[in-house]
Amino acid sequence: MEKKKVVVGMSGGVDSSVAAYLLKKAGYDVIGVTMQIWQDEDAAAQEESGGCCGLSAVDDARRVANALEIPYYVMNFKREFKGSVMDYFAEEYLKGNTPNPCIACNRYVKWESLLKRSLDIGAEYIATGHYARVVRLENGRYTLMKSATAAKDQTYALYNLTQYQLAHTLMPVGEYTKDEIREIAKDINLRIANKPDSQEICFIPDKDYAKFITEYTGEEVKEGNFVTPEGKVIGKHKGIIHYTVGQRKGLNLAMGHPVFVLAIRPDTNEVVIGNADEVYSNKLYAGNLNFMSIEDLEGEMVVDAKIRYSHKGSKCTIRKVGEDKVECVFEEPQRAITPGQAVVFYDGDYVVGGGTILRDE
Amino acid sequence: MDKKIYLDNAATTATRPEVVEAMLPYFTEMFGNPSSIYEFASQNKKAVDEARTTIANSLNAEISDIYFTAGGSESDNWALIATAEAYASKGKHIITSKIEHHAILHTCEYLEKNGFEVTYIDVDEDGILKLDELKKAIRPTTILISIMFANNEIGTIQPIKEIGEIARENNILFHTDAVQAYGQLNIDVNALNIDMLSASGHKFNGPKGIGFLYIRKGLKLKSFIHGGGQERHRRAGTENVPGIVGLGKAAEIAMATLEERGQKEAALRDMLIQRVLTEIPYARLNGHRAKRLPNNANFSFQFIEGESLLIMLDMQNICASSGSACTSGSLDPSHVLLAIGLPHEIAHGSLRLTLSHNTTEEEINYTVDKIKEIVAKLRSMSPLYEDYVKNNLR
Repeated sequence: MEKKKVVVGMSGGVDSSVAAYLLKKAGYDVIGVTMQIWQDEDAAAQEESGGCCGLSAVDDARRVANALEIPYYVMNFKREFKGSVMDYFAEEYLKGNTPNPCIACNRYVKWESLLKRSLDIGAEYIATGHYARVVRLENGRYTLMKSATAAKDQTYALYNLTQYQLAHTLMPVGEYTKDEIREIAKDINLRIANKPDSQEICFIPDKDYAKFITEYTGEEVKEGNFVTPEGKVIGKHKGIIHYTVGQRKGLNLAMGHPVFVLAIRPDTNEVVIGNADEVYSNKLYAGNLNFMSIEDLEGEMVVDAKIRYSHKGSKCTIRKVGEDKVECVFEEPQRAITPGQAVVFYDGDYVVGGGTILRDE
Repeated sequence: MDKKIYLDNAATTATRPEVVEAMLPYFTEMFGNPSSIYEFASQNKKAVDEARTTIANSLNAEISDIYFTAGGSESDNWALIATAEAYASKGKHIITSKIEHHAILHTCEYLEKNGFEVTYIDVDEDGILKLDELKKAIRPTTILISIMFANNEIGTIQPIKEIGEIARENNILFHTDAVQAYGQLNIDVNALNIDMLSASGHKFNGPKGIGFLYIRKGLKLKSFIHGGGQERHRRAGTENVPGIVGLGKAAEIAMATLEERGQKEAALRDMLIQRVLTEIPYARLNGHRAKRLPNNANFSFQFIEGESLLIMLDMQNICASSGSACTSGSLDPSHVLLAIGLPHEIAHGSLRLTLSHNTTEEEINYTVDKIKEIVAKLRSMSPLYEDYVKNNLR
């Protein structure tokens, strides 16, 4: 029988390299692919850390593919990445939200465009080096299970995948700890074994989001007022794209006590400021829902919810309050619930589903 | 077919065995530095001179007007930047086309950042330069016209004679990037009024890392690589003697076989074009039907990703490309295909097949069969194609 073909998205980093190795060892016909998504030449010249899809990623990944003796290709997804990730990122910021571009990239670029092209060239699966596990439940549905090391778990950024996408996905790294993965990389003499993890938003290497958005959209960012929840004007802000909910630094407000961004109001171009205790809230609404372990949410369900990538998760009750809207009530108030970020629901180690946090109406 | 089918000769060619053989002694027993004074080294000087003579003869040029470089990109950079520097006092305007190789386009961008103005002339739907636009673009401050001899992606051959005449009438220097044309077409720098010409060894079955720039006597171009006094003080660095010998040998063979090889390749190319256009629906030929390099065919197939087609051809051991081979091997929409007016999505999905003297009819037939199969399979999975078929059956 012919071996099953799998396309491994390779960044040249340790995780995806070991993923390719593990799959080859498991008997798959492995093809390495690096996605080319945003670089221009100036960026390439300045590039230091690389991220998952930089030009150095191509060199590194090709070297690994050669070492593993697997075919390797670079596929161009610049158009798709611009449309689904960069445009979305900029638009959301202009609306006063704080988007997570990695989630959009996963859903639309990796698991839509890359999957499509992989199936086109005869593959049955795509695989990545994510710390997550694809499992099939007794109810027949596919879902994600947290990785063996909770600290490295990456299911949060993957909650938005569809059943079809999951059915065509392999994540071999999820069964291992990061240390084990580094150990395997060392055993098979991969040169990238000590490459640092990439963290930041890849297309904004200097981390200056506001500058990126102004240059990318060409929109003029208008100054506006800092206001109290009651509407009292207490100062001038530099433009809403400079702020995110929960932010304390860089406000330049002398109030005699620490103050925080409570909310951003794009309609009136206001940034709402308050005290530490006011940043906490026990309720959120989410839209753009995607359910994984269940087909749909019926009645109430008690779950753990993560409201940002670094959030530990907190117990809450969820119920639907509209066709595409969930209400999520936490047992303990949560700090800085941020519109635009994803909320992901877990039942133990399994992803139930998730959505995008909506702004209060 | 187990054997590899290589149809990417515009990217690079196999070095001919005779060329390798000619080079070998210059790695081993005849390793001397041509600049040394002893008899042992003079053989190397002689070998370099012979290669220079062969190349000069091939262009009807003066022997001392041939300068060896590390290849086409260096030659292009040198020609443009040194001309700009030498003639800046006369003017700071340069004219080129929209379909040049990046070695020209990016050098022009560099010059633009350094105070020069560049006009990029349009081409028509076949990729032929619009001569009326060229004439209109000329200013009193224009110091250089740089137009490629033949395009690397679509193979279109430019009206070089006419461009040379326009340049001469207006007293403007004329450089041509002949990297794709040299060795495939007869070139006479005097008859064509060419002042500078770039070429690269590995495009005509010579070694990589060696090329030349022809610079007509009397031009004030300065050295681009500074150092020793090699190449009449215009290109420093110890001569790449084995490379130069290989370049000379490759040029000699290319010139001796030019007519016969061109006819053979053109016949196979025409068969390839004929079969693809008649047997595959929604396929188009890019570039001029007749005024094209004898070894070049470039197609677009609607409703599919060019990248997937290339990968699947590779899986069948067929080496093809989308247009230009760049560092990453990944496809941006081709500036050449956009310039000839193809929409963005089609400019993404092109296939370039470039033949060599070794290409056989069997290989071409096998390749067309595979392209047919793969295009049909990709279209069967393409929602765009599905929509199109649905809407057109209604």
